[in-house]
Amino acid sequence: MNDLLRLRPEGLYCEAGGFFIDPWRPVDRAVITHAHADHARAGHRHYLVSRQGEGVLRSRLGAIKTQALNWREAVLHHGVRISLHPAGHVLGSAQVRIEHQGQVWVVSGDYKVQPDRTCTPFEPVRCDVFVTESTFGLPIYRWAPESQVMAEINAWWSANAQAGRSSLLMAYAFGKAQRILAGLNPDIGPIVCHGAMEPINAAYRAEGIALPDTHRITELPDRSDLARALVLAPPSAAGTPWVRRLVQPSDAFASGWMAVRGMRRRRALDRGFVLSDHADWPGLHQAIDATRAQRVLVTHGDVPVMVRALRDRGLQAEALRTEFGSDPDGDQQGTPGPAQAVRDIDPQDAGAT
Amino acid sequence: MQSFSALVSQLDATTSTQAKVQAIAEHLAGTPADDAAWAVFLLCGGKRPQTVPSRVLREAALQASGLTPWLFEECYAAVGDLAETIALLVAPASPEDPVIRAATAAPAVDASSAASADSTASIACTVSMASMAPAPSDVPRAEPSRLSLHQWMNERLPAWRTQDPAEVREALGQAWATLDATGIFTLNKLITGGLRLGVSRQTVARALALLTGLDSRRIAQRLMGYVDRRRPPGAAQYLALIAPEAETLAAAPTRGDPYPFFLAHALQQAPQTLGPAEDWIAEWKWDGIRAQVVLRAGEVWIWSRGEELVNEQFPELIESLQACRIDEAGGVVLDGELLAWDPFKDQPRDFAVLQKRLQRRQVSAALRRDYPVRFMAYDLLEAEGQDLREQALHERRLKLEQLAQQHGLHLSQPLPGAHWNDWSALRQAARAQQAEGLMLKHRQSTYGVGRTRPSQGAWWKWKLDPMTVDAVLVYAQRGHGRRASLLTDYTFAVWDRPPDAAGERVLLPFAKAYSGLTDAEIRAVDAQLRRTTRESFGPVRSVEPTLVFELGFEGISASPRHKSGVAVRFPRILRWRTDKTPEQADHLDSLKAFLSTPLDASP
Repeated sequence: MNDLLRLRPEGLYCEAGGFFIDPWRPVDRAVITHAHADHARAGHRHYLVSRQGEGVLRSRLGAIKTQALNWREAVLHHGVRISLHPAGHVLGSAQVRIEHQGQVWVVSGDYKVQPDRTCTPFEPVRCDVFVTESTFGLPIYRWAPESQVMAEINAWWSANAQAGRSSLLMAYAFGKAQRILAGLNPDIGPIVCHGAMEPINAAYRAEGIALPDTHRITELPDRSDLARALVLAPPSAAGTPWVRRLVQPSDAFASGWMAVRGMRRRRALDRGFVLSDHADWPGLHQAIDATRAQRVLVTHGDVPVMVRALRDRGLQAEALRTEFGSDPDGDQQGTPGPAQAVRDIDPQDAGAT
Repeated sequence: MQSFSALVSQLDATTSTQAKVQAIAEHLAGTPADDAAWAVFLLCGGKRPQTVPSRVLREAALQASGLTPWLFEECYAAVGDLAETIALLVAPASPEDPVIRAATAAPAVDASSAASADSTASIACTVSMASMAPAPSDVPRAEPSRLSLHQWMNERLPAWRTQDPAEVREALGQAWATLDATGIFTLNKLITGGLRLGVSRQTVARALALLTGLDSRRIAQRLMGYVDRRRPPGAAQYLALIAPEAETLAAAPTRGDPYPFFLAHALQQAPQTLGPAEDWIAEWKWDGIRAQVVLRAGEVWIWSRGEELVNEQFPELIESLQACRIDEAGGVVLDGELLAWDPFKDQPRDFAVLQKRLQRRQVSAALRRDYPVRFMAYDLLEAEGQDLREQALHERRLKLEQLAQQHGLHLSQPLPGAHWNDWSALRQAARAQQAEGLMLKHRQSTYGVGRTRPSQGAWWKWKLDPMTVDAVLVYAQRGHGRRASLLTDYTFAVWDRPPDAAGERVLLPFAKAYSGLTDAEIRAVDAQLRRTTRESFGPVRSVEPTLVFELGFEGISASPRHKSGVAVRFPRILRWRTDKTPEQADHLDSLKAFLSTPLDASP
């Protein structure tokens, strides 16, 4: 039985259907799991995307040619049946299910099984072969419930506000920022968002996701307001003049990596809140088991560990070398990583040829 | 214990020194003296001998977490700290998240049967997560969490040292089951020796000053010797720390206490920028152990810069210093350098020789004969029982010379010279004196506490430029602590022959180094190494030779133990040579060239 998907220099390719999933080089037909930059790149001619994710994808990539599918709605392409299923990672993030001649593969993209009020929850899909991420593929990563982390964040904000200090919370602009926004208690004080986040906030609101009122920093000229504010900014804003306007800020970072003390200390931050849009170790195994797949292909993250752990449990597991997980805006460590290689083939250059 | 681990959490949750001072002071204010004694000891970086072998800790962690050994080691490699790894793995699982359950208990969608006629649509997540995730223990909250810090430190932990490993594993499991993540982390740190909390002794001194209303400099002095690992702290020591001034002057235990060391900054700029040379005193920067000799009422204490009492390692010095009777007119405290001494050449010997003395607890007669030592004084902090630290250096120096003459002390002599150029030339000859360079001290400088701001710099170390070589990174390993999970420990190699030599060139590893890069550089190097990994052997990766670094080192010697035939001392990364390809890196001959200029033979 031939593999439904295989790696080509452009990305993960379905030969029978003539399309790619999250390709990293420009192609004719791309099925996109979600709009993070390491999965959704510019320069493809056709994008197939979830209805819920279409708006965010457009806000990130501009004028592109998309076809959108509702959850579980199927299309046939050269005899291959394609459908999208919620992955619970960020707004509109999908698992791609493909079926051909009785074989079913599911590419999960990035996913989490924790609840998140800003996107449709992860939905296990039965399949023969499951392509999984393993960003947090070590048993040290076990997430506390979101409600507990949000309570910690609100308590930190509240204490800072009382002390007359701005609360600078760094979080990735797409997904994490909105998830935090939705869990903030707006009674504590005003909420400021970095400019990079507002278009994405708008896309979320357009999808009917309830987010509290947010302000640009210029809309709060009064220092006494800023001193009570929670300020959300992407990690790249650290140390910029933008940040210097804040009043004696206490700084924090929200990411799954903050589970490890060394990661917090390396960034010399006051606080690290352990909040991730990826599955933790138990979550990965729960998700994989729920698919009942006999064969599991492991992409970015702690690949060798995950592969070995799955084999220890009697599953057929292999590593799949992709260029995912290099998104500086995703839930990564901020390493330049293979992004360097990607920049070498900047889609705009490649598109011109 | 719980309140101490709460303090650990608080200190971990801020980078502000002021907030740390406040948190420590508040904690101590509400803590009984016997616990506060240990809190101060641990916050000051005090260490106790490990009470449970790491092997037993690991076994207990495997038992408690249900993980396989290889998976545990992977976790340890990612975290870089055993105490924390265990805390992350055995901490009580977070309260069951209802929506996780909902998400996974929901039937998996079987999209092939959109009509949902397929009965297999109801697939529940049946796997037991018990094998994946550490199971929350059913052991009820019991005694261990209620033990106070001093009960742990004085009774429970020392008892584990002699107990049967099986019993210790059992007891560890029970203790972990009653503690939260920070509690487990703190306990594990106490077991393995000490905590590193990003708290300086200065911070603790400020907290105690806040608590007592005393001057923090006075507290800093009282703290000297407090963390001696051979003397577990008790309530009496703590009460002496915080006692009103009048009471401690009479109290006996402080009579051997040294003063906080005054530290120098590394001179990065040209010495001319320090102003006229006549304002300065230059001395050799000796390559020994900085030490204070405290002589009071006929007794002698020798304190190393790490605040360890090293009397036992230098018995002959104690004897000769006692024989000087230098403290007849009242206490005397000298600052200076301990050096291994070559009586024939009448000059210091290599630092490695001195280390032979330090490593022994019992110093034999043979060791005393083969490795004689000397104390070279360069400052006088107390004479006739009076604290002289507020006097100018040249005044202290004058008194020091008088004392030395009367009692036969060895002095580190100021170097002759009237111009920076004179000293610049002398500095180049430092290696011939077994010195690392020069010390520059302002004539008017008082003797401060610790390292003052560079802008107020009164003491500078003007070290020799290191020997340098361009080397290729060939192996990498993950770092620890702050650098956990990044590849930061590197092994470097040079080519075995020049580029034009016959035969295929091979890279010879010769040094390991892990410092000297910025965080941004470390991340970039880490990413490049992950892309160019050839093979992994356990934690070590061999990588394609793509990265070239300029390495500096302080000394080099022939070494049959190393494949390259040389061993370098204190290697570190000076800069990343992004302008060089691996082919352009140095070869063994350039490294060996440093060997052929023996240190003694330099001008």
